Amino acid sequence: MANARLKLEARPQPSKAWGYGSPVLALLVTVVIGLVLFMALGKDPVRGLLVFFWEPLKSGYALGELVVKATPLLVIALGLAVCFRSNVWNIGAEGQYIIGAVAASGVALLAEKTTGGWIVVPVVLAGIAGGMVWAGLTAFLRDKFNANEILVSLMLVYVAVQVLGYLVYGPWKDPLGYNFPQTKTFEAATRIPRLFDGSRVSIGVVLALLGVVGVWIFLFRTRAGFAQQVGGLAPAASRYAGFSSRKALWTALLVSGGMAGLAGALEVAGPIGQLTPYVPAGYGFAAIIVAYVGRLHPVGMVFSALLMSMFYIGGELAQSRLGLPKSLTGVFQGLLLFSLLACDTLVNYRLKWVSSPGAKK
Amino acid sequence: MDAYALLIAATLNAGTVLAIASLGLLINEKAGIVNLGAEGMMLCAAIAGFAAVVHTGSDVAGFMAGIAAGAVMAAIFGVLVIWLNTNQYATGLALSLFGAGFSAFAGVSYVQEKMPERPSFAIPGLADIPFVGPALFKHHPMVYLTVLFAVGLVWFLYRTRAGLILRSVGESPESAHALGYPVRGIRLAAVVCGGALCGLAGAYISVVYTPLWVEGMVAGKGWIALALTTFATWRPARVLLGAYLFGGVTMLQFHLQGIGVDVPSQFLTMLPYVATIVVLALISRNPRWIRINMPASIGKPFYPCA
Repeated sequence: MANARLKLEARPQPSKAWGYGSPVLALLVTVVIGLVLFMALGKDPVRGLLVFFWEPLKSGYALGELVVKATPLLVIALGLAVCFRSNVWNIGAEGQYIIGAVAASGVALLAEKTTGGWIVVPVVLAGIAGGMVWAGLTAFLRDKFNANEILVSLMLVYVAVQVLGYLVYGPWKDPLGYNFPQTKTFEAATRIPRLFDGSRVSIGVVLALLGVVGVWIFLFRTRAGFAQQVGGLAPAASRYAGFSSRKALWTALLVSGGMAGLAGALEVAGPIGQLTPYVPAGYGFAAIIVAYVGRLHPVGMVFSALLMSMFYIGGELAQSRLGLPKSLTGVFQGLLLFSLLACDTLVNYRLKWVSSPGAKK
Repeated sequence: MDAYALLIAATLNAGTVLAIASLGLLINEKAGIVNLGAEGMMLCAAIAGFAAVVHTGSDVAGFMAGIAAGAVMAAIFGVLVIWLNTNQYATGLALSLFGAGFSAFAGVSYVQEKMPERPSFAIPGLADIPFVGPALFKHHPMVYLTVLFAVGLVWFLYRTRAGLILRSVGESPESAHALGYPVRGIRLAAVVCGGALCGLAGAYISVVYTPLWVEGMVAGKGWIALALTTFATWRPARVLLGAYLFGGVTMLQFHLQGIGVDVPSQFLTMLPYVATIVVLALISRNPRWIRINMPASIGKPFYPCA
């Protein structure tokens, strides 16, 4: 047995069971690493676990907060799933989210005391348009100049942060705001309507769930969605079938940009209620993880968005209850994506013990 | 005049960060692997290097800590990508996201820390020449070593057998495998080298360039370094030039602010990112030019058949 070793053997067909099992295994791996980390920091690991996985679920209010944070993650991830399935690497959703929030704020700031509730519609539409324009820049540069969309979309995140900074430190600063870099609080009419009294859950959740249905239908029941995915999986086959790769590129980026912009609008006109430099909360990056952990499937992403939201809330609780830095959230998010990618190997390969003494490789 | 000498000095300093990271990334891209985790590795190396200097007072210890952090992270990335055939882009992205979170987490207690006083550098004699001295001869030794390293890398890649093998692995892993070269081992070594150099660049940021620790302080330099390899069409000498050019763009904003240009500071801060996008678009405009120069197997997994 001295020469026994594990070997990866390609499966003839990708394993369906591991397709579902791999995210669960990845979560387990992340939890185990988390426990070790808590112990290394001298904290009670069980308490750490409870803070992340039980506290966010234990009351109606807590569940509401879970949904509030999961909504933007799900909305952005739905758009990213269309992108990633088309093999378009938009990793700048954070920037599209910021510009969506900026555009929505621009409209919301126009509202006056007497403005009716209809203003919410243009606020949301402005957000979508803002995100689409920002993602459209990436699509344009890829289409016309062949510029790598990974780098362009990411660079545009930094540009978007500066645009936001310019507006809240400059022309849009609230003159009565004691010089804080933020706009005035939006008029009540612009507020995204809430679903229940006493909870911050808004109709954004309904939009997100409609998005789940919409993206599912688009991906799996329309010709355009099919063309989109063939282009991602097999570009040559797609060309042979006459599907336009340019159209797929633009569709993927405009859909994901629009969704990210929508999330920005829902946040800024919802829980936040004004434009501040703290609007970017990393949702655009976390949504990439949501998309992968949810298998780029609309329904799967509902669960992964809730899980990622739990990480966000858990991080905040870990700060207040255990005195740990909030950035723990980012550590666990990164670990989860890492373990998922590793576990996904089991979808296409099986582990096998090879014990023949002379065997090489 | 003196302001311009300082601008040149700052440009070389900023360019050095980009050059070290980008030359490292060039090595693993020459072997066919793109590591989008540069930003994350640089962040972790920045905090590792900063912490090491705070505790030991030695720059060298800081650089070593940065190199180690980058190499370890790159090794994990390498094993996933090379042996488990995970998607290079997704895995690199995971490394960047993890690095951003982990460095912020590990660095919390170092935010207010100051480094011990360390000597400043000057080349005796040359540093006293007016203008040229302060512009070129008062730098940290790493600035000069980076130039030497770039020259060494050109020699290694294009004048040695090992360099030829490295490039062949990137151009056609199947042929290299058929000739009996351990493609996966070579790729892992290249990835670890790239990570070590990104780590060195990250440590240079927190130890020399802006000697302090702030969350997210790498501020996209890892991504710009990635873009630089494309700008330079995968040539080390052009990487070095491009790095100084972008160092200059980064420093220009402070210079413009200094001489009182009436533009909101946010638009000046945007400059390096906008410049990256513009240059990337201009260079990539000719797809044939990119295709000819790009290592052919870049981004593609390689499965050796037993």
